Amino acid sequence: MTPWLQGLARLRQYPSALAGLGIIALLVAMAVYAVTAIPYSEARELWRGGEAWQDLPTNASPVWTDRLLGGNAPRTIRVATDDVVMEQERYEGVRLQRAVLPVDFPYGGFPQEINLFVESQFDERQPFVRLTWRTPDGESIPLDARRVGESERISISQDRQLESRLGFTPQVGLFTDAEPGADDPQVRQGTYELVIEAIQFEETATLDANLVVYGQVHGLFGTDHKRRDLTVALLWGTPVALAFGLLAAVGTTLTTLIIAATGVWFGGWVDAVIQRLTEINIILPLLPILVMVGTLYSTSIWLMLGVVVVLGIFSAGIKMYRSMLLPIREAPYIEAARAYGAGNARIILRYLVPRILPVLIPTFVTLIPTYVFLEASLAVLGLGDPVLPTWGKILNDAQAQSALYHGFYYWVLAPAALLMLTGLGFAMLGFALDRIFNPRLRNV
Amino acid sequence: MAADTHRSTGASLLRDLRRLGIFTAKRVLALLVTVVIGVYLTIIIANMGGQVDELRMAQIRSEVAEQVRGDPAFRDLSAEEREALMEEQIQLEVERLGLDEPFIRRSLDYLRQAVLLNLGRAEQMHSDAGSRKVYNIIAERLPATLVLFGTANLLVFFASVLAALWLSRRYGSGLDRAAIALAPSSAAPGWFYGIFLILLLAFVMPVAPAGGMVAAPPPEGPWAYAASVVRHMVLPVLAMFISQIFISIYSWRTFFLIHASEDYVEMARAKGLPDRMVEQRYILRPTLAPIVTSFLLMLIGLWSGAIILEQVFNWPGLGTLLFEAIGHRDTPVIIGSVVIFAYLLAVTVFLLDFLYAILDPRVRIEGGQ
Repeated sequence: MTPWLQGLARLRQYPSALAGLGIIALLVAMAVYAVTAIPYSEARELWRGGEAWQDLPTNASPVWTDRLLGGNAPRTIRVATDDVVMEQERYEGVRLQRAVLPVDFPYGGFPQEINLFVESQFDERQPFVRLTWRTPDGESIPLDARRVGESERISISQDRQLESRLGFTPQVGLFTDAEPGADDPQVRQGTYELVIEAIQFEETATLDANLVVYGQVHGLFGTDHKRRDLTVALLWGTPVALAFGLLAAVGTTLTTLIIAATGVWFGGWVDAVIQRLTEINIILPLLPILVMVGTLYSTSIWLMLGVVVVLGIFSAGIKMYRSMLLPIREAPYIEAARAYGAGNARIILRYLVPRILPVLIPTFVTLIPTYVFLEASLAVLGLGDPVLPTWGKILNDAQAQSALYHGFYYWVLAPAALLMLTGLGFAMLGFALDRIFNPRLRNV
Repeated sequence: MAADTHRSTGASLLRDLRRLGIFTAKRVLALLVTVVIGVYLTIIIANMGGQVDELRMAQIRSEVAEQVRGDPAFRDLSAEEREALMEEQIQLEVERLGLDEPFIRRSLDYLRQAVLLNLGRAEQMHSDAGSRKVYNIIAERLPATLVLFGTANLLVFFASVLAALWLSRRYGSGLDRAAIALAPSSAAPGWFYGIFLILLLAFVMPVAPAGGMVAAPPPEGPWAYAASVVRHMVLPVLAMFISQIFISIYSWRTFFLIHASEDYVEMARAKGLPDRMVEQRYILRPTLAPIVTSFLLMLIGLWSGAIILEQVFNWPGLGTLLFEAIGHRDTPVIIGSVVIFAYLLAVTVFLLDFLYAILDPRVRIEGGQ
């Protein structure tokens, strides 16, 4: 084991190797955090989208990029009736409930949307709700008056009637003091209020309202077109990418090595068959076959992994390992092993394979990012795993929604940066290992 | 004496040519067998579990039903009669396509057709000229792929070999270290850099078009057309160049350094031969065979990468075709593309062997063993 330890000790002389190791450690930490913080089933469920994300804006860029560029785009503001005191007045047969939801708006841009989620419980008669908007100046703008069902979404920003009254789309008109129809309305900062007045016809009926004023920015990594927070996919993409890269690299290099050693050891027709299979395999195009399998069967990441490994078994590497193993086959220590009666399997696995493992290690490390990018490539082609969130799938979504054209740079840059980081980390370590374990390169 | 030498060189040339011919014939035969097996494997993968057959049966069924329902001549038939008519037509169609035969026979039939490049008809797609034949669809896209990847590969190859030779003379210098330090950047494939190049050079600072092959509408005249194509090639070629160049320089530099320390090179230097001659005769000539090998191996690797790069740059080549075929779930086109890729790879491997035979004298002397 000492040459290994020596080799590892020598790693310290290569700053790029240390940087690579640092990046890999960071990625592993991210992966561990992702798996513990968001369990697998929850991640899948979240990434399917839907109601879990109804409070988030669509295509919101990260908060920090906006602030760095000196912007003051609005963040999402949520106010619920649970947070405020609800006044109640009783009349004959009816109750009047009244809640004032304050919206503190100190931002420099208009919100993206305004929605009010109303939930009410009643037996027969639906409550009647009247909404009024109060500006910081005390001006009142009636919004809507309607009966509400058990669970309803009142889209204030899509109220066409209100839009024509205001002269702007509601999310602009409600937050400005410009003249209706002005060219360049400015935001009026201050505390706005939404007054909710509900008429309840039943004694036990209740009403809960949740106002969401959607911002233009969200969180560390922003959101996508389905309102999903990209953090989930960026975090969960890490364990998926690392696992895929590692398993594919282990699967292909080890099987290739063992098969090359088997061919060298037995020689004759076994070797010939392996050589011919390798030649056939060189002709089979990996990516188109993966595309074909993905289209015809399933795009499950495990099936893809299986195909990659199966097609990788007889890869061109066999020829290289073969030329390295041929001289070893005649080495005296193999002769000795045979003399004491070691079996074929023992000689191949314990004597031939370990001998060239050091040569394999750098190749193996540099192969990992290749497979990470392969998985991303498949996802970019639309053949990503159907349920798992991965970096490639974010890129695919971004491309399908023309993110670059619309200026949603964050959507492409974050997953791309993570991919690049993975690639660089493993490649830097691999290159350093290459120079340590391949002595011929060390002198030059 | 002089005539004698002349005769003997003539004879050795003839002998060389004969051996080269035998070698080439052997390789072509071997590769043909390889291609046939490869294509057969493709067909088996594409048909595993009879999924393709089920798809085709469903398609036939719906087509026949549509036809019978839409035809006014059959309107007066009762439901049972119409049902019987449909069954009969489906049966006819199944027999026509040979779906009632066992898979092994059909697969051999497919194989024969695929090897002869008779790739069948597309289900949904058609070529720009309107043909539904898979062969025509692919043939129309092939030149675009060849132009783009040929240019990029040649550029990367010559630039990296020249740069590596230059660096190997100055190894240990700042530039040399910089090139080594940049080598890990090749971990990312071309399409990945493509995304950034599009972002920077097409949107933030528009200097080159973001995608496509010619401007729309295509310019009049061959020169204007070519200029437009070149403009559109800038970004994809640059993307491939960036992703390949440093790793190539790195590996060539190492390669040249190892060969520059061989004894016979030291010997040539000791004799006082000029550097240029040492480089050309003692370093480049013996290493020419591996250089060519690795160039063609790089080609093999890049054929596959083509799919996504073309897709990112909207380049109307084979890769984009395959991508569109996935979108349409157009199985014949997908299988046809895989077969064409297999052929391209086989041709590349053949070129490799052939050039090797010419460049490596050992192959000639030993008669291709």
